[in-house]
Order: sequence, then structure tokens, then C-alpha cells
Amino acid sequence: MSSSPSTLAPPARPRVGARPRRLRRSHDLRLGVVGVLIVLAGAETLSRTGIVNPDFLPPVTAMYAALFEMLGEGWFWEALWLTVRGWAIGLAAAMALGVVVGFVIGSVPFLRKVTSSTIEFLRPIPSVALIPLVILLFGAQPQSAFVLVLYAAFWQVLVQVLYGVADVDPVARDTARSYQFGPLRVARSVIYPTALPYILTAFRLGAAVALILEITAELVIGVDGLGRELGIAQSSNAVPETYALVIAIGLIGVAVNLLARFVERKALWWHPSVRSENS
Amino acid sequence: MTRFLKAAGYAVGLPAILLTAWWFGSASSTDPFWPPLSTIIETFPTTWTWDRIVADVFPSLARLGIGFGIAVVLGIVLGTAIGLSPTLRALSEPVLEFFRAVPPPVLVPIIALFAGYTGWLGKIITIALGCLWPILLNTVEGVRGLEPVLGDTARSYHLSRWRRLVFVVLPGASPRIFTGARQALSIGVILMVISELFGANRGLGAAIVQFQRSFAIPQMWTGVILLGLIGVLLAAVFKVVENRMLAWYLGQRQIERGE
Repeated sequence: MSSSPSTLAPPARPRVGARPRRLRRSHDLRLGVVGVLIVLAGAETLSRTGIVNPDFLPPVTAMYAALFEMLGEGWFWEALWLTVRGWAIGLAAAMALGVVVGFVIGSVPFLRKVTSSTIEFLRPIPSVALIPLVILLFGAQPQSAFVLVLYAAFWQVLVQVLYGVADVDPVARDTARSYQFGPLRVARSVIYPTALPYILTAFRLGAAVALILEITAELVIGVDGLGRELGIAQSSNAVPETYALVIAIGLIGVAVNLLARFVERKALWWHPSVRSENS
Repeated sequence: MTRFLKAAGYAVGLPAILLTAWWFGSASSTDPFWPPLSTIIETFPTTWTWDRIVADVFPSLARLGIGFGIAVVLGIVLGTAIGLSPTLRALSEPVLEFFRAVPPPVLVPIIALFAGYTGWLGKIITIALGCLWPILLNTVEGVRGLEPVLGDTARSYHLSRWRRLVFVVLPGASPRIFTGARQALSIGVILMVISELFGANRGLGAAIVQFQRSFAIPQMWTGVILLGLIGVLLAAVFKVVENRMLAWYLGQRQIERGE
């Protein structure tokens, strides 16, 4: 099943005759830096030489100049804070709800059978379909973004947790039962360790989706945050600022990704998939 | 037979209860934002007439299809090239990581600068660019994670480059490609809607927001429901295609898990 977490994929086998790992890594890192420089220099050249109209694609140096100017201004940090806060609250609510509901539904076979068709139906409903509804109910307030983020991230989390709970080894479950573990004890020492990798995958996927919907709500509905600033910059034709904000939002995305991977690594230090990567 | 009835009961039971609850819970509703379900259903056929579907829904879906198709082709071609060459991979990895992390809706203002948003071009570019990264990165991972023995075997049988690509690399990577395509499809639907919310526009997303702005609330609800149904339908079609094309893989997994 393709939705199983990639953390569980078997590690690539080392090739015979491959160069020592550390040398390879620093070599790759240098190439990566070169790649970034090529892209930046390429964009700069396209703009400076006028191959692409600089009104549409300003020189990269101008974008970064605009970005650095923003870093010194209060509104930027305010907007950044609001975006990150909206993302974090929505994601936290989705995680809490998804994990609890997933554990309950997943561990009761009757509930699983009864809910599966409803979940399969509700999950693919695009959360942007709710945009007009939340505009009516909340307007440009943070609640609008919260509803969209929660809806989008919840299904990601729920489905992963359901897979995780279903993945529990029946022998381990029976063993726990014959040792007369209560349901809470079973949940903690049998289900939880099996489901944890899936929960962390849910966190990674949910974090990315939550950011997409948070930015969408800001951009489309006008909820305060970096997305709204981006919309304003674009409609007032402040082109370098528009690009600067896109870069800033992109860097938030990179940070979210790195955070998710870091959490995965820390929480799963005992898991074979992480241990074999480090060895 | 009874087993079949039981399964059907499980599948239909909860949705039936929920719909009934919605029907009766909203029946006497006077809140303008939450009209009775019966009103919404009555409004549906008069709102989504054939003309309107042809004018608004089909163009939206066509743009989604074109953009998604471009992303699939580009993603697989570029992803295979990058996945097969370690140098290219190292060179492009940080750049791709950045583009993957950019939330796709921010593309809208940038593409609005270049192509404008009144025509099809800007919307298709938005959808294609948003769908590209999940497919591209998953293809890279899929190609990279191929069993080395497979590649070595193919080489020792002197399969030509092209045959290796078609019979070993692409099928081996296809489960990951499908994972990427599924992520891309849901992003594509989001972008299909968002791209219609900028500027004067037609299309499914534009129509729904038009209803909301003119406070045609039951009509807006029909639009929300229609969009939901389209999402469900697209997911179902995707699943059918996936089950057909990955039948060998899914079967293998099932045997491995001893089912």
C-alpha cells in the first residue's frame, strides 16, 4: 500500500565499491550548493539581460534585498507569527482529534466496519470546498483558516492512524491479552509503539497540508498572515516584495519539513528504519 | 448472500443515519446560512443545469486534467533522469527540496504576473506546477530505491538502455509514482478552485464564490456538495486506475503480508 510511511521502506543497500560515506556526503553537499548557485545565477541572468521581462522576474539580488528590508520591519514578524500560530493550532487540533478518533475506531472492529465507507467518502472532499462556507460564518477571521486547516489535516492523520492500529501484530495483541493487560495498558504498550511511525508520518503529511491551507485562507479569504501580505504585494504591483514573500513562505515550508523529519528521527530512535540509517 | 447484505448494511448504515440526521435536523431551520437539506436538494437541478455544467464545470475539469497530465509527464521524465544519475541528483536535491516545500497556492500571485488570470493559460500553469513536485520527487525516490539486483540482472542480460528503462526502471518505480500522483491530484483540485477565485472568472470554484457573494445560500451549498462529489469521483477513478496498473504490486504485497 502506497500510503504506508516511507520511513518503513527498506534502506538502500550499500553498493560494493562505493566511496566512503563521509566523503560522498560532503561531495553531494558541495554539488547541492553548486545547484542552488546555478539556479540563482540563472534567474539573475535571465532578468538582467531582459530575456525575461524584469517587471515580471526581478533580479534575484533585488528579491533578497526586499526580503532583508522586510526582516527589519514589524509587520513582517507580526504576519509571520500569525501564520505560524494558525498553522500550529490547526495542526495540533487535527493531530489530537485524529489520533484519539483513530485509536478508538481502529481498535474496535465494529466501529471500523461501520465508519469505513463514511471516511472513504468524506476524505477526498477538497477542503477548499468549505471556503465559501467559512467566509459566511467567520469572514476574514482566524477561525476561517482554522476550520480549513483542521478539515484538511484531520483526514490525513486519521487515515494514517487507522493504518497504524491495523498494523498491530496479532500475536503481540493476544500475548498482552493472555497476560490480562487492560485496554489502556494494551493501547500504551502494544498499539502505541506499532502506530507511532504512522503517527509521525501523519504529522509530516499533516504539517505540509496544514501550511498549504493556512496560506490559502490568508491569500483567498484575507485572514491576517503572510499569505495576505503576499496578495496585497501582488495587487499593488510590488514585484520584488511579492517574490520576497514567496521566498519567505517557502522557507517556512522548508522549516516545517525539517522539523517533521527531526521529530521523526528523535521519536523513532529505537525503530529499525532509523537505526539502520545511522549505522 | 447474508454476508453480502451485512457488508452492504455496514457500508450504507452510517451515511444513511448522518443524512437522515441532517435532513430532519435542518428541516425547520430558519438560519439563512444553514438552509434545510430539502431546499438544497430542490435547488440542485435548477442551479446545475446542463448549460451551466458545460459552461462552468467541464472547463474547470479540463484545466485540471491538462495541468495534471503535463505534471505527470514532466514529473516522470525529469524524475527518472534525476533518479538515475547520482550527480544530477546531488546537484538538484536542495533546489527541489525548496520547491517542494513552497505551498503551491503562493504560485498564484507569481503566475498572475506572467500570464494573467483571466484565460486558461495561467490556471493550467498553476495546476501543472503545483502537481509537478510530488510526482517528480516520488519518481526520484522510486527510481533510486530500485532493488540493485534487478538492475544488475537486466545489465547482465544485456538489455538495452531503453528496454531497461521501460521494463525494469519504470515498473519498479511505479508504486511510488502513483503515491506522488495521488498527492498531486488533491493539490490539483485545490489549485483548480483557487485559480478561479482571482479576477473575473468562470468555472466551478468561481461560480460557488459568486453564489456566496450574492448570498444565494442554497445555491452555494449545492456548489459545495457538487465540488465534494467531484473530489470523491476523482479519487474513485484514480483508485480504479491504480488497482489496474499496480495489480501485480498490490497482489505481491498481499501475499507478503500473508492475507
